[in-house]
Amino acid sequence: MSLFQIDFGDEPKPHKVVGIDLGTTNSLVAFMDLTAPKVIPGVDGSPIVPSVVSIPEHGEPIVGAHALERLITHPDRTIYSVKRLMGRGVSDVQDELKLFPFHIAPGSETVIQLSLGGKRFTPPGISAQILRQLKRNAEAYLGEPVDHAVITVPAYFNDAQRQATKDAGRIAGLQVMRLVNEPTAAALAYGLDKRENGIVAVYDLGGGTFDISILNLHDGIFEVLATNGDTHLGGDDFDNLLLRVALEDITAEWGADLSGDPVAVQTLRRAVIEAKHQLSTLAVTTIAFHYQGRGYRREITRDVLENLITPIVNRTLGPCRNCMADAGVTPEQIDEVVLVGGSTRIPMVRQAVRALFKAEPHTELNPDEVVALGAAVQAGILSGHVHDKLLLDVTPLSLGIETMGGVVSKLIHRNSTIPATAAETFTTAVDGQRNVLIHVVQGEREMVRDCRSLARFDLKDIDPLPAGMAKIEVRFLIDANGILNVSAKDLRTGKLQTVEVKPSYGLSDEQVEAMILESFAKAEEDFNERQVREARVEADRILNAVDKAKGDDAYMELTDGERALVDNSIAELLLAYHGENHHLILDKLEALNKATMKLAELMMNTAVRGALKGTKIDA
Amino acid sequence: MFSGPPPSDYFAIFGIEKKLALDVEDLQRRFYANSREWHPDRHARAGAAQLAYAEAASAMLNDAWRVLRDPVARAEYVLKGEGFNISEQRGRDVPPELLEEVFDLNMALEEARNGDAAAKAEVAIALAKFERILSEIDSARDGIFVAYDAAPSREALGELRSLLNRRKYLQNLVRDARAALV
Repeated sequence: MSLFQIDFGDEPKPHKVVGIDLGTTNSLVAFMDLTAPKVIPGVDGSPIVPSVVSIPEHGEPIVGAHALERLITHPDRTIYSVKRLMGRGVSDVQDELKLFPFHIAPGSETVIQLSLGGKRFTPPGISAQILRQLKRNAEAYLGEPVDHAVITVPAYFNDAQRQATKDAGRIAGLQVMRLVNEPTAAALAYGLDKRENGIVAVYDLGGGTFDISILNLHDGIFEVLATNGDTHLGGDDFDNLLLRVALEDITAEWGADLSGDPVAVQTLRRAVIEAKHQLSTLAVTTIAFHYQGRGYRREITRDVLENLITPIVNRTLGPCRNCMADAGVTPEQIDEVVLVGGSTRIPMVRQAVRALFKAEPHTELNPDEVVALGAAVQAGILSGHVHDKLLLDVTPLSLGIETMGGVVSKLIHRNSTIPATAAETFTTAVDGQRNVLIHVVQGEREMVRDCRSLARFDLKDIDPLPAGMAKIEVRFLIDANGILNVSAKDLRTGKLQTVEVKPSYGLSDEQVEAMILESFAKAEEDFNERQVREARVEADRILNAVDKAKGDDAYMELTDGERALVDNSIAELLLAYHGENHHLILDKLEALNKATMKLAELMMNTAVRGALKGTKIDA
Repeated sequence: MFSGPPPSDYFAIFGIEKKLALDVEDLQRRFYANSREWHPDRHARAGAAQLAYAEAASAMLNDAWRVLRDPVARAEYVLKGEGFNISEQRGRDVPPELLEEVFDLNMALEEARNGDAAAKAEVAIALAKFERILSEIDSARDGIFVAYDAAPSREALGELRSLLNRRKYLQNLVRDARAALV
């Protein structure tokens, strides 16, 4: 298409559609720049927004890096890994709840209600806060309102989990144009500069979920052949194992059990995560924890970590084998393997993938960013900017209905390309019967009790007829988002029947509407005012950091001129800080950042020297 | 496209004649070409009616692709269209000429499940035999495909149906035997 092509105004100006990776640990937003997808940085310069929300006593919820800090200072008011609770009932998440400091309010059977500071929050409501932050970041960066988005979900998410994600988008004021499966999105991001044809496996081990997808690439068509996974398996599980070990250790050493103290647990969690990250590059490191004047240090080697996590890593292999069987491919037929998700940085995970697929996995793209980049490509497809690519995805779970004796009759099989449809004709069992109750389930097992209840609905107002005479055709459609839609038709009259679907898990439409109204009431605050406030928060952070750095030995290594420049930049930032122009604040902020660059480098070098000293191993 | 209801006949969706022997690669090319045209993502900015149409057409296309690319599902689709009964039940009758061998295999399977190593070896031998019969059935099926396409007849379809029933029975047997050997 020519840049000079004249716009005759036939088509409405395409909406800006962003791609969002709403992750368990981190979230990102990206958009389609002229030819390539790009992640959007927040005011702190980083595109990564930790998926953490903190509810202060007064004022608006805090999201991202600042909320992550509050996880230690205010663990009872701060929520992390909320994705694990999406589309679930309280009985599904008993294991998680043992480790989460969250309080669950009564009445959480169909939607979990988190109780924080006397108020109640649902997982979609909390996720909406994260989405709202990403939307703000995108608006500030792009300089225009953003209200359309593609959001990614784990491929193995069921209907309720998908619906909950879509609800979160709506509550955040986003029109969710599409839910895209995370591994598929990653393939899309990779496909941009990779081979045009071939079979690709995407191994996606994130913070809380595991997915494996096998795709056939054919001249811009990304056809998913099969997908498998576990929505309860990820880096969080590694953290929890390490945390348990450290807690037991401390109990033995200190004679005090800290597991009931949320501040201690979160501080220790931070320390074990840090150690886990280091063990991806180092052979040995130390878990260091200080609390209430006492210290705990434990050396941990990569071998110990690997022994600890082997059972969890092995749990990813079964789904991989099943996925290959469903796709009808052998490891030898797979041309490329792509790694996605932060947990694939662990050398042992890479080794397991290499051994299973007999191929060297791709790691060129940043595993934290690749899903958001792919979501932006899909956004480009939907907004008409990307013409040559098309995703053909599948439904991860079979869809069925309950029949006599609690047996499932499958209507749409797993790994069917979506949109997928099936029709079933129902009739009445007794004379004059006016309604028929239908129970829809998702899962692979034969019995209803072993599958996930999806929804129940009533076919109402059936004409009173002798038993077996009524013929109602119910059409089940799984749309391109992987979400079920139901319609029903009376085959005798051709009249469409009312179907009131009552989801087994999740918010009702009315609840979502109420939350949207509530959010509108709060959203009337001026756009500019918010941007100024956010810029000030960032300025506070930098000013604090510089203040601290001045106490470091490295500061004295600077020349007088360099020190004067730092002071000058601080003065200018403070001047802008008290004004109302957020651009000016950000400009001065950047100037201060530049002025302190050398200082930061000097400090970094000292830190690295220290770290290297600490890791010396006796041969 | 996008006027009138989408074709409900699987062959018509691909714009090809009804045939039992199909070039699956050609079918795949047509599937991709139609997907590019009909997939809802291609109509994301259109009105609700066009989007709903794209969704319905695309769902039908996906269904047609799933059925026609697989020779067994394709044959069953044609049989059903010609009024043949292809219910599950028919795959449960033991093919009479294999009665004895099936009985022996079932005995061996039972013993293998109880941990009898000698029985496992017996299962492996039977499995190889049944796999061979299965591939013979598949070549016979392909033969009927070609014959029927040249001169369609109900006799050929009747023969195809009993072949498929036998195949279904054997396939269940092979599946059980493989599971017992893992």
